Amino acid sequence: MTQLLEARGLGVSYRLGRRWLPALREFNLRLDSGQIIGIVGESGSGKSTAALALMRYLSANGRIDGGELRFLGEDMLAMGAADLRRLWARRIKLVPQNAGAALNPSIRVGPQVAEALKAAKGIASAKASQQVIAGFSDVNLVDPQQVVERYPHELSGGMQQRVAIAMALICQPSLLVLDEPTTGLDVTTEAVILDLLRALIVGRGAGVLYITHNLGVVAQLCQRVVVLYAGEIMEEAPVAQLFASPRHPYTLGLLSSLPKPGQRKAQSRLQTIHGNPPDLRSMGQGCVFAERCPLAIEMCRTQKPPLEEVEPGRLTRCFRWADVAFPAARGAPMQAVALANVDEAGQVVMRTEQLARHFPVPRDLDDMLRGRKPQPIRAVDGVSLRLRQGQTLGLVGESGSGKTTLARIVIGLEARSGGRLELFGADIQGGLRARRHDLLSQVQMVFQNPQNSLNPYRSVRQTLRRPLVKLRGLSTQAADDQARQLLEAVNLRADYADRYPDELSGGEKQRVAIARAFAAQPSLVICDEPVSALDVSVQSAVLNLLADLQAEHGSACLFISHNLSVVGYLADVIAVMYLGQIVEIASADALFRAPSHPYTEALLAAIPAPDPSQRNERIRLADDLPSAQNLPGGCRFHTRCPRNIGEICAREAPPWRETGPGQGIRCHIPLDELAVLQAGAS
Amino acid sequence: MMWRRGGDSPAQSSLRCTHIDSVNAVAKPYIVSESNISRNLAGTRRFLRALFSRSQSTLGAALVAFFFFLALFGGQLAPYPKANDQSHDARVSPTLDIGSLQLGAHPFGTDRLGRDVYSRVILGASSIFRTAGLGTAISVVLGSALGMAMGYRGGWLDELLGRVIDALLALPALLLALVMVGIIRNLDLAINSWQAALADEVTLLVIAILYIPVVARVARSAALDIKTREFVAAAEIRGESSAYIIFREILPSAIPALVVEASLRFSYAIFLVASLGFLGFGAPPPSPDWGLMVNENRGGFYRLTPWALEFPALAIALLVIGVNLMSDGIRRAVQKGGA
Repeated sequence: MTQLLEARGLGVSYRLGRRWLPALREFNLRLDSGQIIGIVGESGSGKSTAALALMRYLSANGRIDGGELRFLGEDMLAMGAADLRRLWARRIKLVPQNAGAALNPSIRVGPQVAEALKAAKGIASAKASQQVIAGFSDVNLVDPQQVVERYPHELSGGMQQRVAIAMALICQPSLLVLDEPTTGLDVTTEAVILDLLRALIVGRGAGVLYITHNLGVVAQLCQRVVVLYAGEIMEEAPVAQLFASPRHPYTLGLLSSLPKPGQRKAQSRLQTIHGNPPDLRSMGQGCVFAERCPLAIEMCRTQKPPLEEVEPGRLTRCFRWADVAFPAARGAPMQAVALANVDEAGQVVMRTEQLARHFPVPRDLDDMLRGRKPQPIRAVDGVSLRLRQGQTLGLVGESGSGKTTLARIVIGLEARSGGRLELFGADIQGGLRARRHDLLSQVQMVFQNPQNSLNPYRSVRQTLRRPLVKLRGLSTQAADDQARQLLEAVNLRADYADRYPDELSGGEKQRVAIARAFAAQPSLVICDEPVSALDVSVQSAVLNLLADLQAEHGSACLFISHNLSVVGYLADVIAVMYLGQIVEIASADALFRAPSHPYTEALLAAIPAPDPSQRNERIRLADDLPSAQNLPGGCRFHTRCPRNIGEICAREAPPWRETGPGQGIRCHIPLDELAVLQAGAS
Repeated sequence: MMWRRGGDSPAQSSLRCTHIDSVNAVAKPYIVSESNISRNLAGTRRFLRALFSRSQSTLGAALVAFFFFLALFGGQLAPYPKANDQSHDARVSPTLDIGSLQLGAHPFGTDRLGRDVYSRVILGASSIFRTAGLGTAISVVLGSALGMAMGYRGGWLDELLGRVIDALLALPALLLALVMVGIIRNLDLAINSWQAALADEVTLLVIAILYIPVVARVARSAALDIKTREFVAAAEIRGESSAYIIFREILPSAIPALVVEASLRFSYAIFLVASLGFLGFGAPPPSPDWGLMVNENRGGFYRLTPWALEFPALAIALLVIGVNLMSDGIRRAVQKGGA
């Protein structure tokens, strides 16, 4: 094992106006060939900066402040542009986060990859194209002879990512840098790509840097982990030890704030790290994490802790690393969320019956010439759900399964093309404009993207005042008093009322958006992926807040997420959606137990567990989600189903098998057989 | 279009002062208005700093400011405020009293009718700002409202108006302007004196009508982009009216794009006004219209009194260049903040 890359005391700054902001400080790293090191951190932690700096590929407004950087013993900081270019072409390869944007849209993917091969090895075109096809089949691209002829936009996100990985691997680099290569993908696709990476990287002898925010991915793939926070290394350790016994309060906080599979809000609240990451422009003397650290003492605020080796091969930047293992470090024991009484016979707040939304597709020239009518896109196709007062209904599925369209129909932003919708016992016809005033205030929504959900020209006070005045008929005076209480309820200081959205962090924006939704005292709140855009350290606080507010108001909640752990934590009942249909409805406890629908099983298996000792590879969904315009016949899932039992699945729509009151599974396989199959596999 | 994306740009915050309704909040225990005001001042300062950080933009703004000053105080500044109808010695060359470094009696000389060119150039500034400036302002206000409504509501109205706008945009602006002026003039030939008195107003109207579709198209595409943002959906869920959503939710985010468009329209309008004047479709003689002055003094007279043509032409060029530089600067300043 040779030492591949070594960085010592590396620092990087970015220019902002006339100032240089130190985005990365005292960065040390040693990477041997054949080793996979994960660099984890939240947004703004400097993880991508670290990756690019290690390649010396910083953008024009960035500079390396100092330190040492050696690649195979050579001083990279002394290299000229031509040397670096040669190095990038031959030895160091980057797989970017968004392969769709990184591939040139006007060149077919085959020639594009061949070009990289030519630059790396000087191989002639004819021979290169042979190798490209071989490289494509290495990354499990189906039918590589066909794929080389396609343009990037003709490939799905997962396929684009495979092409990018093939492009890097085909050059047989010594160093491979992967910058969040699975972040934009569905969990199911992510799981497949991770399996693929593991298989391809191991045994090639290349050193790998894997940049991610996802602790689960690190646990599943890497050997060593570097935890970055606000531009500094907090902790570095072998993966098994880091996850078993973290030696830094930040690592501990991150690990314990993730909802574990099967953890429920009725059992315990989620652990949180309070506060927000510091601003690079105004950093104090002491430890960068001191402001948010439950263990911080006076010394932490005045002195910067050194990165010291506390055990062989383990480094941490904390004065109190020895205390981290003790329960006090975990903060006060977390109480369960005080739940409102969910009465099984409670009022039905929302009921849908065979709800459908088909988007018509305009005819193109080909259709006109052949005189046929194109199939509509069946985003939602016959969904029947029931939601009772105080209950939380989780809705999960891959992107493209129709979750958001369903939510938009319920709230009235989208028209439906079939079926019935009942809210509070009344049949709903027409769009939002036809809805009565009291109905409007009873259904509210929290959106996915905090960046866009607040008007940038409204102060927080103005944002909160409007629903109070408009929907609850309060005077401006009363509304402002109420707004202050709302801010308090979402744990924001009163002076936040005068801030504008650009002065808030992502988590704070989402709190304001939640306050706005609850301002109207709704009986039904629809949450569309409310935490998926947030960093792990702020995610859990927002989830706790949602659970508390919902319990306090006794509101029902339709909670949409692609993250099964999050849904499992928050929801009472979970509906799994696939291609516009509900394939399973189960209580949150039952969902994690057999029998479950094969699709649910695959979703569960795809979650990368933040625990290196747990590996779940038995079930994978190979292909991409079929198009909602050209649905598979029979069972919609049969094309990807790992438990496919043959002809009947392709021929007949499966029956709805009841597993309990209001619960069921849409599958041909009888329940007891499913239970046996799944028990045997695990 | 970077300035539409992203949170807050300096230009956006500088313009935020137009829609703050927190005056009554002063009575509250937590006082808002001060932070709002200081925030807006800071935003304006940031915008201005970004604008003036480039020397080209500063030069442009200075040129525009200079001509605007002439437009406001031209009457007091011109040595011969009545140079429209008063004749002096015909064909006097530009003079400069070198000894005392003062402008001579006719620093830009006189034209073929003996009128002081210096005074006429100064007096001409005001009509340019009245026609091109005000016409642009009207077109921006009406075009924005129309475009926003089209973009937000969509549907058949958008389809219909969209086609009309496309058709209008396909025709050369000058041609359309000439046709419109012709139509308006033919409305009532009998009262010609009325026509002459209102010549500037006719030009203004033509500019306004001509640029409404152009601005509407920009506003429409801005609205199409902004309406997909979730705060608009949040307003719809509250049951807000279309007018509220267009003017209170969407418009503020579109203002940077509209300000850039307005400054660009202004520079085109100046050129158009000068062209109309030159072709005799603008203000009638003896108005001190720059385009008209160029026309009056071209041809045979050019060899005799070149200065009578050159100085008004120079004024047009300087103002157009100034507006263009400033418009480019505004665009950059807005983008810098938005990126």
